[in-house]
Amino acid sequence: MKINLTSVLVDDQNKALAFYTDILGFVKKTEIPMGEFRWLTVVSPEDRNGTELVLEPDAHPAAGPFKSALVEDGIPFTSFAVDDVNEEFERLRAAGVRFTQEPAEMGPVITAVFDDTCGNLIQIASRNSGA
Amino acid sequence: MSDVFEALAAPARRTILDELHDRDGQTLFELCNRLAMKHGVAMSRQAISQHLDVLESAGLITTKREGRYKFHYIDLTPLKSITERWPTQS
Repeated sequence: MKINLTSVLVDDQNKALAFYTDILGFVKKTEIPMGEFRWLTVVSPEDRNGTELVLEPDAHPAAGPFKSALVEDGIPFTSFAVDDVNEEFERLRAAGVRFTQEPAEMGPVITAVFDDTCGNLIQIASRNSGA
Repeated sequence: MSDVFEALAAPARRTILDELHDRDGQTLFELCNRLAMKHGVAMSRQAISQHLDVLESAGLITTKREGRYKFHYIDLTPLKSITERWPTQS
């Protein structure tokens, strides 16, 4: 058994695809029409056969309150690995991304948290070489 | 309204103020992580939230909503009541 998919619940698949590819830099892997929505996944260009991120519609009525509650408390829905959080922070901030937590040392890692514009907060993390 | 002295009596609440003094305007998530990762505080998010309520009630922190996010800010104004009560002798 292995983990090949993970997902984020997005309020708009087109907007999500644009943000996760144009801004974050992932690439589209699969796009299959499924009724009202699409089976839509992206992967990291550094690992095209790696875990796929499903941009999943948040249409279920429970999704809205759940997402809002996490965002209010600043809790990220998921976390991505980067080489250097400080560099990513500067790059993304310059691209207009809103951070709810600027880079902070958290023991063995440095983390930051940003808004994916689709109703989620996302954490990025790298090893804290100074720790 | 809780008492400033009572609010400052708990070590966890002083640690929260230390961390907000380090960086003002934090989400609950960031504060919880700082307490856990930097100070080894083994406390639930709920418990930390209650400590924040005590600090807010004493006027030592304020919360501000920005859109869908909520941030916590330190406010040391109530500490003036201490120095006014016992002014430093010169």
